[in-house]
Amino acid sequence: MKTCLVVDDSSVIRKVARRILEDLSFTILEAEDGQQALERCQETMPDAILLDWNMPVMDGLEFLAQLRRLEGGETPKVVFCTTENDVGHIARAIRAGANEYIMKPFDREIVEAKFQEVGLL
Amino acid sequence: MNPAEYDYLRQFLKSRSGLVLSNEKQYLIESRLLPVARKAGLQSIAALVAKLKEPRETALAEAVVEAMTTNESFFYRDKTPFEHFTQMMMPEMLKARAAQRKIRIWCAAASTGQEPYTLAMCLKEMEARLAGWRIEILGTDISNEVLDRARSGTYTQFEVQRGLPIQLLLKYFTQAGESWTIAPELRSMVQWRKFNLLDSFAAFGQFDIVFCRNVLIYFDQATKVDILGRISRTMTPDGYLVLGAAETVVGLTDAFKPAPDRRGLYVPAAVAAATQAAPRFSALAGAGRV
Repeated sequence: MKTCLVVDDSSVIRKVARRILEDLSFTILEAEDGQQALERCQETMPDAILLDWNMPVMDGLEFLAQLRRLEGGETPKVVFCTTENDVGHIARAIRAGANEYIMKPFDREIVEAKFQEVGLL
Repeated sequence: MNPAEYDYLRQFLKSRSGLVLSNEKQYLIESRLLPVARKAGLQSIAALVAKLKEPRETALAEAVVEAMTTNESFFYRDKTPFEHFTQMMMPEMLKARAAQRKIRIWCAAASTGQEPYTLAMCLKEMEARLAGWRIEILGTDISNEVLDRARSGTYTQFEVQRGLPIQLLLKYFTQAGESWTIAPELRSMVQWRKFNLLDSFAAFGQFDIVFCRNVLIYFDQATKVDILGRISRTMTPDGYLVLGAAETVVGLTDAFKPAPDRRGLYVPAAVAAATQAAPRFSALAGAGRV
């Protein structure tokens, strides 16, 4: 079973994402901000990371930069999932090493399509 | 809606569009036709049926057909047909049409345009090999409303996130708020025409590749056989037919044979038989299999 780390400061979004991803047979880990997410990754590197952009303590972009420098940090497929829905933000995320990008609001079909796109399903 | 009204609508839709509705599809009629009725100032499906029975009610009849035949589409739907397209159909066609340098593609149920535009993106991604070639993509659909949307090339944020890789969204679309519009050079690669698959294909000429996905499932057996037969006669003998994942020609027609190891892909039967001794797909059997 693949693991997915859901990183979002909203417990509602984490709950919705957990439900969708558990249906898609992922084991879910959660983090409320980038710093917590880094700690989770240092314990166990997940197969996938669903990542919000704007979070307290450490935002998603900073987390991604630090993740990719960790040992084994290049392996997780990172899918941004954010309300930052403009071309500029999307391009920055891709340049920083994101594999896919979901613009909120999202639904199960979008998550499934994006996870398929990066070879997680 | 009483049984007589439901029967009338079933007959009406079958004769106008080929659409076959089973006994338990009343909910579909009500959910799709009540808005049409209200838009026409009618309060119920019963009133809509009564109005349809009046002579010369063509606008309402067309609106009813459009509402019942509009189906969701998305970019790179099912993915595999587009891998077949770029890895096999196009390379084979580039060899076979080297003299003419012209390839014609028909999307027979183009809906809101995602399938033809996906093909346009596939072609754009291989444009270095297409210099000097003329590739035509024709998108047809029975509904004017969806064709207008297809022509506009503008999609919602939800629509561009279903199947379209983010890199291609950035590369080929421009954003205006929550809408995304496909680049003019891709839009100009596709021609659009309103067309009912029950009508004659005679004016179309011949196609090398036909995508007819997720539409035959709505027709009865006889209509499927008829349409597949007519598609086979509008295709070049070495062409390709692509059907939806849940569709097949097997048991319906001898005009096509399944392409080996390529689910959803069919070739005209005469060519399949002629190339049995030297299989057309042998060179690709290992490489590029998906």
